[in-house]
Amino acid sequence: MESRSFYNEILTEHNIHPEFKHDLPDADLVLEGVNPNCGDDIFLKLKLDGDEIVDGAFVGDGCAISQASADIMLGMIVGKKKEEALHLGELFLKMIKGEASDEEIDELEEASALKDISHMPARVKCAVLGWHTLEEMLNDEV
Amino acid sequence: MYDFKKDFPLFKDRDVIYLDNAATAQKPACVIEAEKEFYEKHNANPLRGFYPLSLEATDAYEAARKTVQQFIHAASETEIIFTRNTTESLNLVAYSYGLNNLCPEDEIVVSIMEHHSNMLPWQMVARQTGAKLIYLECEKDGSLSEAKLDEAFSDKTRLVAITQVSNVLGRPTPVEEIVRRARKSNAVVVLDAAQSSPHMPIDVQKLDVDFLAFSGHKLMGPMGIGVLYGKKKLLKAMPPFLTGGEMIDSVTRDGAKYAELPHKFEAGTVNAAGAVGLAAAIDYINKIGFETMQERELTLTKRALEGLKAIPKVHVLGSELAEEHTGILTFTIEDVHPHDVSAVLESDGVAVRAGHHCAQPLLEYLGVRSATRASLMFYNTEEEVDALVKSVAGVRRRMGYGE
Repeated sequence: MESRSFYNEILTEHNIHPEFKHDLPDADLVLEGVNPNCGDDIFLKLKLDGDEIVDGAFVGDGCAISQASADIMLGMIVGKKKEEALHLGELFLKMIKGEASDEEIDELEEASALKDISHMPARVKCAVLGWHTLEEMLNDEV
Repeated sequence: MYDFKKDFPLFKDRDVIYLDNAATAQKPACVIEAEKEFYEKHNANPLRGFYPLSLEATDAYEAARKTVQQFIHAASETEIIFTRNTTESLNLVAYSYGLNNLCPEDEIVVSIMEHHSNMLPWQMVARQTGAKLIYLECEKDGSLSEAKLDEAFSDKTRLVAITQVSNVLGRPTPVEEIVRRARKSNAVVVLDAAQSSPHMPIDVQKLDVDFLAFSGHKLMGPMGIGVLYGKKKLLKAMPPFLTGGEMIDSVTRDGAKYAELPHKFEAGTVNAAGAVGLAAAIDYINKIGFETMQERELTLTKRALEGLKAIPKVHVLGSELAEEHTGILTFTIEDVHPHDVSAVLESDGVAVRAGHHCAQPLLEYLGVRSATRASLMFYNTEEEVDALVKSVAGVRRRMGYGE
């Protein structure tokens, strides 16, 4: 128990070595997402080409779950159409609420590493911060 | 040594290492019993009826006021106003005194160490009266230097709002020095005793502060009962904060003649059972004695501070000395967010607070985004402190970092 990491390996790895946590100076869309109670605070940045998300990044500060979740999310949505990204967002929220089917969870690929958060009510907000910010950003833009 | 935990029913049922005492303390059986007894044996609306039960309720409520008066050594029980909590007490002063006595030429000095509840009311007063808000900044260790005090105070200072003990750093402020400076410019001093009152004897007459606020729940009393002390001369001149029932002598179609102190400030049905519970908590403290409590708390704080300091990449905020922490140890762990620290500690059964501790301006000033806080009370034990230190020592490894 003591030697094992507290969160699963995927989450731990994305938190310590995030691929998308950096600035994106030529981003087309930038939106801040905040969880006032715990202090998670990120800026999500996306570069678009028409309907396609061609690049993305985030900067900010927060707990391991919020940071890893945002990093995993970006890995999944870069290269996708806005619609597809929003669809994944819906599935993710469903999974966190504990309402997603096994097929839907499979569709979430790496993000399914966060499915146990549905049993940690105090951390739900952390897990969905990136996805909520994405949803708000894309829906406002449409 | 006596096991104080035996006095607390919660610890019999729950296997928790409770180190969030600065947020709220646990309640001894005598407090829970006192509140229960009020409702079972003396319940009626105090100060209203003339039948025996109502008189009993009134007596119980007023006896509690007397207990509080003696606890903080106020000159008169009419200077003790029951509120819901520290926040309400401070708002009462802000609305009733601040809005009516300050003007655009005046300055309000507020320390950067204040809890939001002793900061936001003064921001409101400054906005509405045009008075200028001046922040008294501390050093990184929470001490207040002569230079910073010189900078903050001027002959325009009319009100000083300061905490007696910071809820983040645990460090006591030099209240005597602040009062001395305030007197020079005729400023009133509002002291937030929420964190100090559970840990040290308070003498409002010796301190010579004008207002003092604290909450019952932090000193093992019930939630929903708080205290405002104010000097009689000031309270008498202030208009009521809330108006309504039981704060009047007579009412006509055009207005009212307000009741005498302290009832002028206690509109509506009061929390009599809460007041009785608070009195029971004070009796419990008096029985143990601050000396014993402080000795226990210092021993535990020293042990925890030494333990935490010895862990690589762990940084305790505030003073190097355990004596200047009042049982509060706020710390950061490099690369690990406090929310994760608290999750790891929780999995070891240790309950601590994570976040900004309602003191965002202080954390920002100290260059810390958020932090984890362990806060001790005399009923905690060496074993619990050791469990905290052990759990903290394992955090980085369990988050996937090397030792």
